[in-house]
Amino acid sequence: MLAIIDYGVGNLFSLQSSLKYIGQEAVVTSDPETIRRADRIILPGVGAYEDAARKLRETGMAELVTEAAKAGKPLMGICLGMQLLLERSFEYGEHKGLGLIKGTVVPIKGAVPSELKIPHIGWNGLKFMGAKSPLFKYIKEGDCVYFVHSFYGADCRANTIAVTEYGCELTAAVAEGNVFGCQFHPEKSGEVGMNILRAFCEL
Amino acid sequence: MITKRIIPCLDVKDGRVVKGINFKGLGDVASPVELAEYYTKAGADELVFYDITASSEGRKLFTDILTETASRVFIPLTVGGGIGSIEDFDRVLKCGADKVSVNSGAIRNPKIIGEAAKLYGDQCVVISADIALIDGVYRVFSKGGRENTGMEAIDWIKRCVADGAGEVVVNSIDTDGVKKGFDLPLLKEVCRAVSVPVIASGGAGCIQDFIDLFEEIPQVDAGLAASIFHFGEVAISDLKKAMADAGIPARLL
Repeated sequence: MLAIIDYGVGNLFSLQSSLKYIGQEAVVTSDPETIRRADRIILPGVGAYEDAARKLRETGMAELVTEAAKAGKPLMGICLGMQLLLERSFEYGEHKGLGLIKGTVVPIKGAVPSELKIPHIGWNGLKFMGAKSPLFKYIKEGDCVYFVHSFYGADCRANTIAVTEYGCELTAAVAEGNVFGCQFHPEKSGEVGMNILRAFCEL
Repeated sequence: MITKRIIPCLDVKDGRVVKGINFKGLGDVASPVELAEYYTKAGADELVFYDITASSEGRKLFTDILTETASRVFIPLTVGGGIGSIEDFDRVLKCGADKVSVNSGAIRNPKIIGEAAKLYGDQCVVISADIALIDGVYRVFSKGGRENTGMEAIDWIKRCVADGAGEVVVNSIDTDGVKKGFDLPLLKEVCRAVSVPVIASGGAGCIQDFIDLFEEIPQVDAGLAASIFHFGEVAISDLKKAMADAGIPARLL
């Protein structure tokens, strides 16, 4: 069973539907026992970093997610969920993340040419970094996925498994052992996205 | 590089997809759920569901159609039509919409944009404006393009973006249904005025109209159309291929 962590952030309808679509049993939950029983975990998230990081701690989910990651369970953070896996964020102030993967979250503004629109919204291609990640088992380099973000993961080159080109190379996905993070939304990325979720569910 | 999005618009009435010629003369086409699945497989980058009668008749969206679509289609989904309150945002977002587009609702109550952006994020709020050139000035129309509000269109769009709208859909009443191409002069003005993504709507009749759009105005992010897709006059897969051949970044399946 796969647990989608519910900590009061964002809409989980599409994520749950997409997992059902690929035949993966998934529950949206904040119940510690269910999360401990789960054999893999997805940490979703949209919205503001500070608010999400606070809710993650207040609900006790931060501890449970960290515990699962340390126990070797496959864990995937999506969008803001990916950013929360990193050490800290400079989104309107400085906020502490889970620190499961080395890196910081910084604004896209300033990193890319000023004529490019922010947020980075739309379908953009993936460029794999290093050895092809098992997460990308069913997709190929150049495949497009759907992004919506104004901040991105920096200083995480050693753990970057894919980047996307938007005036410069933005971190698209990270991994450290059993912990994965996607800046894009696999649940909104059509067949390519379903194939990423499928690969995650087979880990 | 980010790709230019192709967006079929499904105008929904009584749970069916209809097309609009100058927003009048509606005809039943197909099931929204089936059409949504068909377009996703064909390479559509996003889908828009509009309840086109909602602004004038206060008709609520068929949320079960939306829910069913969102549970079978995994590309971004925008919902519009009859959105006038935060409750409306909440209702469609819970059914699986990713973005909500406001048109007449924002004209009636401009505060809704700021309120929704604060609650759900800028990326969730789309301002959709029906615009026509009247005596040399672009004006905003309400009630499905039937009523001239007298408001200057570019000022209106700038104001909505300043309030937190994360995307702009520009519907040209002058080119809608005419099938002779998008309203390039209007789109150029909008692109000069705002820095958020701009979606062109109204006037596409063939593949070349999309090529002209993206070549003439590289700042435009997406092209939206309805009837030419619904009646198979333009196949999305052919369109995507033609865009790629012309050097326009396009997502190919």
